[in-house]
Amino acid sequence: MCTVCGCGDGETKIEGQGQSQGHHHEHEHVLPDGTVVRHTHDHAGHSHARAHAHDHDHDHGHDHHHPHDEGTLHYGHGAAGTSVPGMSQTRLVRIEQDILAKNDSFAAVNRQLFAAKGVFVLNLMSSPGSGKTTLLARTLTDLKGRFPVAVIEGDQQTSFDADRIRATGAPAIQINTGKGCHLDAQMITQAVGSLGVADDSVLFIENVGNLVCPAGFDLGEARKVVVLSVTEGEDKPLKYPNMFAAADLLLVTKVDLLPHLTFDVERMIGYARQLKPGLEVMQVSSTTGQGLDAWYAWIEAGLAKAKRRA
Amino acid sequence: MHEMALSQGIVDVIREQAEAQGFRTVKTVRLVIGRLSHVEPDAIEFGFDVVSRGTPAEGARLEIERPPGQAYCIACAKTVEIAERYDPCPDCGGHQWVLVEGEQMRIKELEVE
Repeated sequence: MCTVCGCGDGETKIEGQGQSQGHHHEHEHVLPDGTVVRHTHDHAGHSHARAHAHDHDHDHGHDHHHPHDEGTLHYGHGAAGTSVPGMSQTRLVRIEQDILAKNDSFAAVNRQLFAAKGVFVLNLMSSPGSGKTTLLARTLTDLKGRFPVAVIEGDQQTSFDADRIRATGAPAIQINTGKGCHLDAQMITQAVGSLGVADDSVLFIENVGNLVCPAGFDLGEARKVVVLSVTEGEDKPLKYPNMFAAADLLLVTKVDLLPHLTFDVERMIGYARQLKPGLEVMQVSSTTGQGLDAWYAWIEAGLAKAKRRA
Repeated sequence: MHEMALSQGIVDVIREQAEAQGFRTVKTVRLVIGRLSHVEPDAIEFGFDVVSRGTPAEGARLEIERPPGQAYCIACAKTVEIAERYDPCPDCGGHQWVLVEGEQMRIKELEVE
């Protein structure tokens, strides 16, 4: 977990819904199965019947060679090498499940919904202060009226960003992750449920400012966009390789400041392409408007592909 | 650094399995966490300790396998081992490779009682 931010589940708030998920892990002893754990005697009694039947087979010689299929297996795998009725013994349970399986199943649901409605979804990620929200506000203002849009804003606290976006006239919803350091797919499912998305539209998801955790969580988006400003270090791609390796587009922001800085854009791009050969890169300034046309064209091309076939 | 959320995911799977397969205590949890995944095993252990309290997974030992990164180098047309994402292909020195293994984060099996 984040030893810095104490990142975990819980405390997630989606505007207008209050608390959405429980505090599972915070209140250790509230869980329904909490009390059951201690009754190991019951368990020994319980396994007795099963162990007995199984043990019998083993005595007749066909033991241990069966692969561990699903589920309950191998009473003979414990320290004693056999099982004695009435005595508890360990067994192996095959799981072979991805740790992120739950997130991925929500991401798949989101992706299906977005495909059915023809929504082009962008997951914007960066460190705090890269100018994501400023870029987004400018983008929404410039593209106003061209196609329907919606915005999901992720931050640990406050609805400042969603307020800024709503000021441009675009519908927006704020997700506060509380102690969490990233958005996950289930939050998006819920946010889309309350915000609603129009057919053939673009949905911008502004992730929590963080170059680490958001890289690992599929939200069901079509494209991951990483935003890096020229006031940051040019070695950031190598410092946060997972993020840049996952990116589909790298937006370099605040390029109007380059004359005042020693930032070597080409070197930074070189690092990023070491992680993701062929990564598309655009240099933009939300202040002067430099490079924004290419960014807008990229969005429109993405939307054209995502749109429902008539 | 989202290992707390991942630990919660592991405990959720164990809870489901405990109900489905009728076990009450987990002795050992075997995980496969690739060397190029975005996970720090120490942090998983810490998070797991915290979120497993009061569940069948409380007190379980974590055993973590760390398979190395395997990449398919397009130039060499073969699979090579990669230690870090920014490393070049050890044979040709190029970066035109695609990761084929080493990112996995899987719960492999449980030793239960």
